[in-house]
Amino acid sequence: MYIIEMRNITKEFPGIIANDDITLQLKKNEIHALLGENGAGKSTLMSVLFGLYKQEKGSIYKDEKEVSITGPGDANRLGIGMVHQHFKLVHNFTVLENIVLGVETTKGGVLQMKEAREKVLALSKKYGFDIDIDKEVRHISVGMQQRVEILKMLYRDNEILIFDEPTAVLTPQEIDALMKTMKDMAAEGKSILFITHKLDEIKHVADRCSVLRKGKMIGTVDVSETSKETMSEMMVGRKVSLSLDKQDAKVGNTILKVRGLCQKGNTGKVGKDKLKNISFDVKEGEILCIAGIEGNGQTDLVYALAGLESFDSGEIIMDGQDITRAKIRKRTELGISHIPEDRHKHGLVLDYSLAYNTILQTYYTKDFQSKGFLKRKSILDYAKKMIERFDIRSGQGAETVTRSMSGGNQQKIILAREIDRDPKLLIAVQPTRGLDVGAIEYIHKQLLAQRDSGKAVLLVSLELEEVMNVSDRILVMYEGEIVADVNPKNVTFQELGLYMSGAKRDEVKAE
Amino acid sequence: MSRDGLLSFLSSILVIIAGLLVGLIVLLVSNAEQALPAVQTILTFGVDNMRNVGDVLLRATPIILTGLSVAFAFKTGLFNIGASGQFMLGGFVSIMIGVHALAIPAPLRIIFALLAAALTGALWGAIPGLLKAYRNVHEVISSIMTNYIGMFFAVYLIQEFAFDQGRGTSAHLHPTSTLPRMGFQNIFREPVGAAFRESHVNVGIVIAIILAIVIYIILEKTTFGYELKACGFNQDAAKYAGINQKRNIVFSMMISGSLAGIAGALNFMGTTGLSMSVVETLAMEGFTGISVAFLGLNHPIGIIFSGIFVSYLQLGGARLQPHFSAELVETVIAVIIYFCAFVFVVKSMIGKVIKKKDGGN
Repeated sequence: MYIIEMRNITKEFPGIIANDDITLQLKKNEIHALLGENGAGKSTLMSVLFGLYKQEKGSIYKDEKEVSITGPGDANRLGIGMVHQHFKLVHNFTVLENIVLGVETTKGGVLQMKEAREKVLALSKKYGFDIDIDKEVRHISVGMQQRVEILKMLYRDNEILIFDEPTAVLTPQEIDALMKTMKDMAAEGKSILFITHKLDEIKHVADRCSVLRKGKMIGTVDVSETSKETMSEMMVGRKVSLSLDKQDAKVGNTILKVRGLCQKGNTGKVGKDKLKNISFDVKEGEILCIAGIEGNGQTDLVYALAGLESFDSGEIIMDGQDITRAKIRKRTELGISHIPEDRHKHGLVLDYSLAYNTILQTYYTKDFQSKGFLKRKSILDYAKKMIERFDIRSGQGAETVTRSMSGGNQQKIILAREIDRDPKLLIAVQPTRGLDVGAIEYIHKQLLAQRDSGKAVLLVSLELEEVMNVSDRILVMYEGEIVADVNPKNVTFQELGLYMSGAKRDEVKAE
Repeated sequence: MSRDGLLSFLSSILVIIAGLLVGLIVLLVSNAEQALPAVQTILTFGVDNMRNVGDVLLRATPIILTGLSVAFAFKTGLFNIGASGQFMLGGFVSIMIGVHALAIPAPLRIIFALLAAALTGALWGAIPGLLKAYRNVHEVISSIMTNYIGMFFAVYLIQEFAFDQGRGTSAHLHPTSTLPRMGFQNIFREPVGAAFRESHVNVGIVIAIILAIVIYIILEKTTFGYELKACGFNQDAAKYAGINQKRNIVFSMMISGSLAGIAGALNFMGTTGLSMSVVETLAMEGFTGISVAFLGLNHPIGIIFSGIFVSYLQLGGARLQPHFSAELVETVIAVIIYFCAFVFVVKSMIGKVIKKKDGGN
């Protein structure tokens, strides 16, 4: 018997069939993973179940009775809850207020929080959530915010829980904790739908796995009987190598030299420095990786190197030239490429065409302008070359508005642009964030190709697996300091975890 | 006509009808007997005869330019509310030159007046631009302030240096200082008996259209436009790309201001004898520019048409005066413009209805 059955669901958007005749069956008490690349239709399918979209064809059954879900309210009444990828929390409300929001108990128009408080505390204790329910949500970490979202579902006694890519924003330790929580909840009688594209997590926690590809249901498999390779093949539609074929690094001259970089924290967080005496070198032909839990100064370091933010003291030498106070354009011209952490914020002008985004730092060069006028044909030709070389997929080719493209292809525009400028130093910040297996494989190969052609690569990553697979040397940052300088061959995941959480540190010196 | 074109046309007609219907209700409440004739006047007066067509173009000239001014700044992510003050100072400078700078030969004097008005508008626009770029003062606040400062300044200077005591407004331009009519008077005229009543439409409308095209080219074809729009769409990405945003903010406000300044010059340099009054109110052309810009979807070429359309409504509206108060007429015109802003909503709604029908078959 299935607690939820979605039969023959079809959902169309202009120009695309997001869900094409999909049937999904969720058993009671199971953790059911929904695997697929970006744009495969996972989120759309869940949005149909949650009542955010109305399917064109097909029907939904709960406990073998057909139900109509026209909005989140209906979903809620049927016991369906969802943790969205981007949390839906009121930032200046406390944890408790967020949890009861929408289902408050009132007496004569006055809030009755006592019962709610007891219930929330009990739930929090039951699942071992170490959470202060009177703190404002904006003051708690992302991992904690996710727990608030989970508590929201539990508080409403939801029995079908949907998690939309819940691990994308978490640290390794937080991911472990979440996996345990999910298992506990399933054991308590909840049924869980878990959207992801991470095979390890599925192996770790899920009972069954349904794979979507390009809007179609490819199949549902038993996780314990299916290998990761098989699942990724189902997802991508071809064989994918999960491990990288990597030669030893042939290290050359020093390209980037960073000495004594310091940056005081914002006022208000007195005493907490963003960057504390950061010194390191990056050499030709190596991938140096900066690992660490999000928010330990990696972003500040990259901003300082790229020239996006100023810093208090220290110096940066690029290829023999002092660029400590140089403008961004100067740095670009000296051979620094930068794949930014936030592709929508820094990396792309989303309302520009694909072609215009490929010339973001080179529009003023002779190739693309003469006498102040853009050379339209050269720009389009260049974009077409990039589309071909980097296999960028889009609806209307070079003239596609970037906003309408998928995340992976948007990232490919940035990758194409930054690599094709033939940089001496490539700074890549979480270049695979939010991408699917196929795209991740592609980007890793490109980074390695850059290294092998003698470029210096500085990779900032939160994903331990990426750190271990791709890098030649690892620096770990903790609270604005470099606390380890290790070789991936001589270090274990567990050790890295200890460095990242500040439990262990080495004396690190450049040179 | 393509299906999309037909849809656009249909929805434009629909929103105008909807706007007129709501406008009609306002008119009915005010003066029921005259309401229907009033609607007819609004619709037909602007195209009643060639003279009125000319007057529509004449009236459209300054608001096309203030519309361009607003739209240009908007493309860079700035909201220039200050067109009004830039317009008045530009107008003042052109009047000064038209009245006093008689040492300069006539045709040159006109060009000089236009350039001086553009420069004045640019400098006035630069103030909120500089404040925004280097002191992070919001341009809406500072340009509202420069509006009042500019207006009072212009009124004061007119009274000091170019005042006509008799009329109580700015002095008449020297006849050789007025904008050439380019023979338009032979086209845009209305026969009255054996003679003709001519429209005063002049070279200004041509200048406005040329400037619209120039602005279009700057925005779409040049590296400068590429930089400006990058700043407008995404400041962070522009910074990341090494584009000097601060400089671009100032330039954008200067160009925006210069367009409003030229609007002022063209407004007061016609042969109509229109003069700058010394009442302490902001020039409406600056604010009409905002609706013209948005009605034209901030597209320079679209603004030519939206400017003409708004002018056409205003001209027809002005004829309602004896039966309806000026404020009421303004309200009705505003209602029609307001409804026009919904053209895309209506278009997508019609599109959906048609699609549903197709699906049902």
